[in-house]
Amino acid sequence: MINVQNLTFSYQTGLPVFQQFNWLVEKGESWVLLGPSGCGKSTLLYLLAGLRFPNEGQVLINGNMIKRPRPETGLIIQDYGLMPWATVFQNAALGLTIRDFYGPDGKHAPLGAVDDLSQVEFWLERLGLLDVKHKYPDQLSGGQRQRTAIARTLAIHPDLFLMDEPFSSLDAPTRESLQQLVLELWREQNLTLVTVTHSIEEAAILGQKILLLKQPPNTEAQIIHNSQMNQPLFRQTAAYQEVCQDLRERMLI
Amino acid sequence: MIRGKQIVLALLILLVLWQILAMLVQMPILPSPYLVLTVLVKEVFQGKLAGHFLASFWRVFASTFLAILFASPAGLILGQSKKIGKMAAPFIYLLYPIPKVVLLPVILLFLGIGDLSKIFIIFVILFFQILVLVRDQAATIRPELIQSVRSLGAGRRALFRYVYLPASIPGILTALRQSIGTAVAVLYVAELFATQKGLGYYIYLNGSTLFNYPAMYAGVVAMSVLGLGLYFVVDAAERKLCPWLSFK
Repeated sequence: MINVQNLTFSYQTGLPVFQQFNWLVEKGESWVLLGPSGCGKSTLLYLLAGLRFPNEGQVLINGNMIKRPRPETGLIIQDYGLMPWATVFQNAALGLTIRDFYGPDGKHAPLGAVDDLSQVEFWLERLGLLDVKHKYPDQLSGGQRQRTAIARTLAIHPDLFLMDEPFSSLDAPTRESLQQLVLELWREQNLTLVTVTHSIEEAAILGQKILLLKQPPNTEAQIIHNSQMNQPLFRQTAAYQEVCQDLRERMLI
Repeated sequence: MIRGKQIVLALLILLVLWQILAMLVQMPILPSPYLVLTVLVKEVFQGKLAGHFLASFWRVFASTFLAILFASPAGLILGQSKKIGKMAAPFIYLLYPIPKVVLLPVILLFLGIGDLSKIFIIFVILFFQILVLVRDQAATIRPELIQSVRSLGAGRRALFRYVYLPASIPGILTALRQSIGTAVAVLYVAELFATQKGLGYYIYLNGSTLFNYPAMYAGVVAMSVLGLGLYFVVDAAERKLCPWLSFK
């Protein structure tokens, strides 16, 4: 699904963040990009989202080079990116509203997309937001805001779901319940999931495969397989503890 | 939120204070509110006050409309484009504090003595107020928000419609609220020059030429009503257009 080939990327100042970097993601996998601040994990996510572009090499999604945000990719950013002037419903409907605005031109919206707003209602109900659908983001809890952002992204029927430190500002119980929710949705909707995090525990919970990034320049993809994350109550198993320990040691090197 | 009842109560208290002051002073230059209100009603229905009011209203309305039309997009561009904003900043810094009203004689010379010069001077004042406030508001739109809306497929037009436009409305309304007083004051000054229409002319004529003080005060009340009415309009617009602000 995702094919990063010979990627070189640097910001105007300083060293390249990625140099001749290659990475492959299969459809339906759940990946976590893990690493310390400044390692380039968010940069990689933005490259996948079509909001940044390689200096050299290319990012292919389903075989197509990414030149602009792809209408089938859903992105959730760190502080959710909700519009303070719009209600929960309007925020959740934004993707569809924008598609409506342009029409299905293949550029801003998938060709032949027939989206109707009942999708928004469906996701608001599924995520427990119907009661607050006329409220504004300033009236919501952090968890509700995050769920609104998820509803907005799922309403556009993405096949690729990107999240940048989605749960870092939430309290622990909310974070854990939302992690479970995302995993549920991942399995149910057959999504390809890429989550950026600096939290080892989160990486172990969400990442079927974990891409560990280091201080730049990143030249080689270091991948940790975590296939056991699919078992029920994984958080309480010894395997979970082992993965966390393994990641902790690798991050120290 | 101030409630209607409180406003009416404050109005009554002010009228009573006016009445007391008038009774203490006992001079023709400070008639009682009752006298002024009867003259006001008479002047509106039998005299020409309504016509003057409409002339003034039109000038304020036209200049406000034009100022919003030109200043909001300019402010958005300055606030969102760092490069252009930086280039324009020193100019705005120099021009913004100039009391534009002193340019009135020059504007009269260039644009003539008709409505145009009066509309233009108010326009210039409002333009800078709105420009600066919309610019500052546009600069606070976080790039992350823009990025996440772009990731939903929004190009320039959709960003304008769904992000920039709603984000700039509070700035426009704040600018209007702050400058209504100035606009009406400038209107008064502008209407002292070479015109026979408008509340400024009416007040000046009755106060300094005809020495008809109750009529002069009727004009003052009409001008206050004009300012207050615009204030109410801005408040109503804010409640209608920016309901989220009351939850901040």
